[in-house]
Amino acid sequence: MVNTILTIALVLIMLSMVIALIRFILGPSSLDRVVAFDIMTIASIAMIAVLSNLAGRIIYLDIAIVYGLLSFLAVIIIAKYLEKSL
Amino acid sequence: MKFKNWFLMFIIVFIVWILLNNSFQIDILIPGIIVAFLVSSLFCKRCNLFSEIILTPKAFVYTFIYLGVFFIELIKSNLDVARRVLTPSLPINPGIVEVKTTLKSKFGRMLLANSITLTPGTLTVEVIDDSFFIHWIDVKEDTVEAASKEIVKKFEKYLEVIYG
Amino acid sequence: MWEIKIYNMELLGAIITLMGSLVLLIAAIGLIRMPDIYNRLQVGTKATTLGTIMSLFGLLLIMPDWSGKFILLILFIMMTNPVSSHVVARAAYFIKIPFTSRTVVNKLKPDGNVINVSVENQKEVITESLKH
Repeated sequence: MVNTILTIALVLIMLSMVIALIRFILGPSSLDRVVAFDIMTIASIAMIAVLSNLAGRIIYLDIAIVYGLLSFLAVIIIAKYLEKSL
Repeated sequence: MKFKNWFLMFIIVFIVWILLNNSFQIDILIPGIIVAFLVSSLFCKRCNLFSEIILTPKAFVYTFIYLGVFFIELIKSNLDVARRVLTPSLPINPGIVEVKTTLKSKFGRMLLANSITLTPGTLTVEVIDDSFFIHWIDVKEDTVEAASKEIVKKFEKYLEVIYG
Repeated sequence: MWEIKIYNMELLGAIITLMGSLVLLIAAIGLIRMPDIYNRLQVGTKATTLGTIMSLFGLLLIMPDWSGKFILLILFIMMTNPVSSHVVARAAYFIKIPFTSRTVVNKLKPDGNVINVSVENQKEVITESLKH
């Protein structure tokens, strides 16, 4: 029962990543793509957490923490670079 | 003052270590104390980030009230956003307004800007001295005073007690 | 008795995780539907923050042994998500990405000076900011 609901949640998170990918391809400016990238990374943090629960391995959560750190830094550095104030 | 900065940094690094290792065993705690001592001694020479926090019981109580208010506002803002997104006519009325704050400390202003970003329909775009420029998805008030009363006041009265 | 209670706890956690993923789906739909980058950021920041916090909290209820890492992730997302959206909004303002035509008021000029907008000259200020 619990695993079924978690699998449905996993499918919904993947669907939201696919919809964000459409905005990533369409996006008129590069900052629209940065916003879509931000949403995709945050959705993938939730996805890694659900996957670690389904697989029963705590070590996957470390990957989620490192991934969150790196995506935060990446968004800030890309935004500062486009602002030409790096 | 310097000891307070060092001590708060030590406590924060130690708590992060415990949460990251997810256990209270003695062979985890002793390296944690050593690492937290080294990090907070080496990297906290000039940090005055925490020097403005007021450590009184009243501030401690107000921190929890502030967190409660914050979570209620976060859930309200999400219901608001979901209503706007799922309505077919897309009911938005956006614009950038200016608000003023009376908070003095930098850390308090940062927390206020973060809280404004997560409350219904507002997003901080720029901070110049004591005026915040806020993108509001549904502009109701145009003037500075009315917009400040609408957006800032509900957090300011708690943050004033905690950070001064 | 105890068994039933634990089972209900897991079911509650799974349902909260499902609701969090629905909030993430709303964020993605809003990203498609909103007309300009500032409104996209509004939807993106709020909905992804609550969606991820709800997903992680539901998983915390399912696996209470792992609660330390989940709490660390929740605190981290609560601290960093508004900051990154603030940086992106500021960059979008300073490289002059145009507003949508439904914008009603703009009090921040591109060079950082404050102007007062009255009802009569709102329209020309908007067209001016669209030109940039």
